[in-house]
Amino acid sequence: MPEGLQRLWRTFFDVDQIMAILPEMLAVGVPNTIILALVAVVIGTVIGLVVSMMLISRNAIVRMPARTFVDVFRGLPVILTIYLVGQGLPIAGIRIFGGNSYAYAALALGLIEGAYISEIFRSGIQSVERGQMEASRSLGLSYFETMRWVIVPQGIRRVLPALTGQFIHIIKGSSLVYLLGLLPDQREIFSIASDASHISGTLSPMVAAGIVYLCLTIPLTYAVNAFDRRLRDGARPTPEPVLTPAHQS
Amino acid sequence: MSSSRHPVGVHAENITKVFDRHPVLQDVSLKVEPGTTTCIIGPSGSGKSTFLRCINRLEEPTAGRIVIGGEDITSDDADIDAIRSRVGMVFQSFNLFPHMTVLRNITLALMRVRKMPRDQAVAVAEAQLEEVGLLALKDRRPSQLSGGQQQRVAIARALAMQPDVMLFDEATSALDPELVKGILEIMKRLAASGMTMMVVTHELRFAREAANQVVFLDRGHIVESGPPDKVFNTPSSDRLREFLSQML
Ligand SMILES: Nc1ncnc2c1ncn2[C@@H]1O[C@H](COP(=O)(O)OP(=O)(O)OP(=O)(O)O)[C@@H](O)[C@H]1O
Ligand SMILES: [Mg+2]
Repeated sequence: MPEGLQRLWRTFFDVDQIMAILPEMLAVGVPNTIILALVAVVIGTVIGLVVSMMLISRNAIVRMPARTFVDVFRGLPVILTIYLVGQGLPIAGIRIFGGNSYAYAALALGLIEGAYISEIFRSGIQSVERGQMEASRSLGLSYFETMRWVIVPQGIRRVLPALTGQFIHIIKGSSLVYLLGLLPDQREIFSIASDASHISGTLSPMVAAGIVYLCLTIPLTYAVNAFDRRLRDGARPTPEPVLTPAHQS
Repeated sequence: MSSSRHPVGVHAENITKVFDRHPVLQDVSLKVEPGTTTCIIGPSGSGKSTFLRCINRLEEPTAGRIVIGGEDITSDDADIDAIRSRVGMVFQSFNLFPHMTVLRNITLALMRVRKMPRDQAVAVAEAQLEEVGLLALKDRRPSQLSGGQQQRVAIARALAMQPDVMLFDEATSALDPELVKGILEIMKRLAASGMTMMVVTHELRFAREAANQVVFLDRGHIVESGPPDKVFNTPSSDRLREFLSQML
């Protein structure tokens, strides 16, 4: 093997180093990444549901704060948002989570994802034909009942692929929480890899992290797609019922 | 076929509707007697749909009053959701809920609006599906039905609420010709059962056979109205004569 290639190989694909880091990565990193991502998904989805409804309001007083929230949290660099929430809130005296930087990190991620998810939900909701709202209202359902049972379920179904992308974004975004300083057992996949890389002077632990991320994100994509297909086709295939000619139309 | 036990009339009084300074309805007044069928005909863009949609306030009239069964539904304190639940509407494009089964399409409003327990709602929905001959398809999705079947479900969905009044906006216009007859049959049976109906349609034969009153709307005005014989056989305005000749 030419020397350059060998160096490349040792730097990125040192199998011993990869194997050495994997146990800690799986035992500590993966659970922490998943917890952070899940909390952020829940926060982001709740925010997304509320803010997307506000975004389509005809009332400017309702729409404005939602618009501002989305523009600010989508527009700021993620790193700055994490600092603002994780260090800014406690300094400002809003110590909702005491000194637990892990919780602030989850909140920051949730806020950022909430902004993106709000826009995704809004586009989905607005893509539902006007006739759906009209049919539901003409049956006597209120605006909110119509949203709850008719519009939002259809709107979200249409944006599931975009939503998957956002969930992957959250999983990867969780790597930035190291900025807030984590206790050893709070470290997620990426900080474990990053620490190990500093010690060993190679990037192989990072590659290990990359493989683990792919093992999380790719199955997620397939799972959502399968779920998507099931929703589209209905719960189960229905057998052809036998119709009498008089009933056919 | 279910009909309201106490037929209810509809009075539209001086309805005006303006869309961005463009008057679509001008001072339209119409009386629909309890238990009768009124067909609304007229050229495209004349305001037929807009007028029908004012009756259950899917469009807010710019001016005028709508009185249904003696109740002013355009007053500020009218409970619009309750009123709509008693005014059934059938659309040209069916507008079934595609993410729900046929049965669930019908039980949704029974449970949410009428507050029926699930099994009672299912029983009502199944009886209504039976009426339109589609009980066997109750577990299908709308996308698995033909247009004619979808429209039957939409009619069943509206009738399950036991409405006082039924509104039809070109209910057969999106259907293949061979499916039109089945829907018109159902509408005729409903009219004969004493339902108060307002029907926007291009099916002049249906209007002639099923209507008690025919209204010709043109450019936002009622140009002519009366019993079908009079409107179709002895039209008194040039506009109606021209419209009828184009339709034949
Ligand atoms: N939401 C709206 N905003 C602006 N203009 C509208 C709106 N809805 C309808 N119009 C206009 O009002 C006029 C009447 O429309 P309407 O749909 O009531 O006609 P129609 O008689 O039902 O026609 P068709 O037979 O083609 O269905 C048309 O010129 C239409 O462009
Ligand atoms: Mg129309």
